[in-house]
Amino acid sequence: MNAPAELKRQHLIDPEICIRCNTCEEACPVDAVTHDSRNYVVKVELCNFCNDCISPCPTGAIDNWRRVAQPFSLEQQFSWDSLPPDSSPEVAGEGELPAEVQRITDIATQGQGGPTAPPWSAAHPYLNLYTLAKPAVASVSGNYRLTAPDTSSEIHHIVLDFGATAFPVLEGQSLGVIPPGMDASGKPHHVRLYSIASPRDGERPGYNNLALTAKRVTSDRDGKPVRGIASNYLCDLKKGDQVNVVGPYGASFLMPNHPGSSIMMICSGTGSAPMRAMTERRRRRMGLKEGGELWLFFGARTPGELPYCGPLLKLPQELIDVNLAFSRQPDQPKQYVQDLIRARGGDIARLLKDENAYIYICGLKAMEAGVNEAFADVCRNHGMDWAGVLPELKAASRYHVETY
Amino acid sequence: MAINYSEKIPNNVDLSGNKTLQRALEHWQPGFLNWWSEMGPDESTNFDVYLRTAISVEPKGWAHFDYVKMKDYRWGIFLAPAEPGRKINFGEHMGQPAWQEVPGEYRSTLRRIIVTQGDTEPASVEQQRHLGLTCPSLYDLRNLFQVNVEEGRHLWAMVYLLHAHFGRDGREEGEALLARRSGDADNPRILTAFNEKTPDWLSFFMFTFITDRDGKYQLAALAESGFDPLSRTCRFMLTEEAHHMFVGESGIARIVQRTCDAMKEHKTEDAAKLRGLGVIDLPTLQKYLNFHYSVTSDLYGSEISSNAASAYANGIKGRFEETKLTDDHKLHGSEYPYMEVVANQIVVKHAPALTALNERLRDDWVADVQAGVSRWNRIPEKAGIAFRFTLPHKGFHRRIGLFTEHHISPEGSILSEAEWTRQHASWLPTEEDRAYVCSLMGRVAEHGKFANWIAPPARGINNQPADFEYVRFN
Repeated sequence: MNAPAELKRQHLIDPEICIRCNTCEEACPVDAVTHDSRNYVVKVELCNFCNDCISPCPTGAIDNWRRVAQPFSLEQQFSWDSLPPDSSPEVAGEGELPAEVQRITDIATQGQGGPTAPPWSAAHPYLNLYTLAKPAVASVSGNYRLTAPDTSSEIHHIVLDFGATAFPVLEGQSLGVIPPGMDASGKPHHVRLYSIASPRDGERPGYNNLALTAKRVTSDRDGKPVRGIASNYLCDLKKGDQVNVVGPYGASFLMPNHPGSSIMMICSGTGSAPMRAMTERRRRRMGLKEGGELWLFFGARTPGELPYCGPLLKLPQELIDVNLAFSRQPDQPKQYVQDLIRARGGDIARLLKDENAYIYICGLKAMEAGVNEAFADVCRNHGMDWAGVLPELKAASRYHVETY
Repeated sequence: MAINYSEKIPNNVDLSGNKTLQRALEHWQPGFLNWWSEMGPDESTNFDVYLRTAISVEPKGWAHFDYVKMKDYRWGIFLAPAEPGRKINFGEHMGQPAWQEVPGEYRSTLRRIIVTQGDTEPASVEQQRHLGLTCPSLYDLRNLFQVNVEEGRHLWAMVYLLHAHFGRDGREEGEALLARRSGDADNPRILTAFNEKTPDWLSFFMFTFITDRDGKYQLAALAESGFDPLSRTCRFMLTEEAHHMFVGESGIARIVQRTCDAMKEHKTEDAAKLRGLGVIDLPTLQKYLNFHYSVTSDLYGSEISSNAASAYANGIKGRFEETKLTDDHKLHGSEYPYMEVVANQIVVKHAPALTALNERLRDDWVADVQAGVSRWNRIPEKAGIAFRFTLPHKGFHRRIGLFTEHHISPEGSILSEAEWTRQHASWLPTEEDRAYVCSLMGRVAEHGKFANWIAPPARGINNQPADFEYVRFN
């Protein structure tokens, strides 16, 4: 095989800042850190990116990462007075989105008038590290059906492991999957975008893995039977299968990180993936008591079709206010997310006025209009004007839409 | 193990399971807070400081950053996780299970060691209490306060050991730790170096770089102790100690950087001219280094010491990285070199390794200080300036040990009283040098601004920018 060389993620210590306090060597559970009389260094073959050494480091010297074709040897690291210049690929690749990715992004962000800036406290995303010409290869470490077996909606939770390949993501970012094979005209398949459902530190904290939420497509928008290439490919993946992945993408639909910031999430179906990532990020940091509220408005036809329904209902109330709307419950009136938004109007109005509250909408395009009207109603009932509020929200990067 | 913050005294030692101990410490706590308000950082009561607080002792949990008022800092008792089945790793008890209680025969030795270590913690807070009034930046002010609250926590760590394992004697020692005062004529701190003033930020940085490093080596030797609670306490303290040395090393490095920048910009090496520019000339920095290095060297005690020998043989205090060394861990029949003046010459002699343990720990510390000094030297080297910092001879300016009766130059020559008197002003800071350094100490408290004599840091704390508002004055 003549595959392009995989870039490896390498953990390095900045010798200019390091004071040789030995804390990292002490903290490392796998003895990957060592030193000579000159430098503290990391053994690339042992480091498993558990990050146990990061927060104890008093200087920040420990927090350096490179993507390299050929890892720096211990001898090289021992000889450094300063880190070599960073030639990691995000510097070269940034900004050059594949046309197909650009097209999908344009459609997805129409609802907010094109891509906007992220919240001011969003973390800086890595973009487009892996391209169609040079994709990353991930292996499947799990694939589970999320929706009840008796429902027609088949949504899967697929866990991808990147091994030693760096694929740094933030909540709200997406990646592209390239289905193998050729289309009818003998060209490679188009890339398909999927929102990442895991927080930045991994589906399992500290592991180099992430999850996707994919719905098996069996019909087109008009209800005609059609077999979605990428979604069926993903839903049929088995443990151990290799997947070509490009990205990450997305520099706008990112969560705020400052203490006290609130997040209102409105979604349906697989639009829940980024919401799950953001919620999980906040859940893992609950102990830090950073304040801020989480609000979720999530719609599906029935509880059995609502991905992550069980885990969602187990989340602590002090973390998140969960509002689920079901439109096809037997013997119950149809309920949509917009109905719940109206029902919680007082809180919604308060959050709209709160400059630390950010709104995220993700799901089918059909949802957007209804949500818009619900916001307009809430504003009317609370002495505000949605036509004036919305542009302010957008200008402050507090309103983010990704619909398809 | 998570730290229980809902309790009056945050701890991971299941304090609520031992009511007697809990009451004793809760009784000591108001005394500590009184001491802090009386002797802690001057005029800092209302400041919100961006501090690191331990929320658990696991690697991911103990560095949590947030704004806190220092009087509300969660001082508490944190021990590194227990190592199941830990053994005594050196000395005549080697191979036996580590002690969870104090062995009767070593009670007074252990108490003395813990009290001496504990005494240095509040002492340094007292030495540094006025520095906040002359901080060179908010960043530095925050670092000073971080060092101060952690010294406070280290006092807690030692008082916990005294209360938990030494009964009434321990409680009395706990009170005495709050009663002594650095530099007080009637009731001074135990060790001389901790009764010296820390009059300016240059001294503070030198102190944290050099003297806190002595703390590191003492703690590391005690972390090897067969008395397991002491070992676990010291292991966690070491993680905090690293920050103090970072403050010192990077502090001096930033001063050197600023001076080298000025030397290049104005194309001068002339000390008077540089002082005219308001920076600290490199020879003056060298004098401060000589002073702090020699005074701290005394803290290791006499080169040959039977106390050190018995502390080792009895499994109380090990060597630096004892468990990483490969020998018999009993030092039977091995020797260690030390220096002494014989017939007006400095000669190297060999003593039984057991009695030379102070010297050995000092040597470990010297190598570590030297490594830091070498890193400072990269700054003038990069700037194309010929000056290099050097450590003085081990016998230079000593008040304890085999060199006490002799005058030794930084290069290691033996001097007569007259020669020493004539020359020492070029090796140690003079009144004039100190007055000049003091004259630079004005308060810079606008965020993002730094005093003229020091460069901004390469990185902020916790990945925050250098101009972050590290302290809010309210």
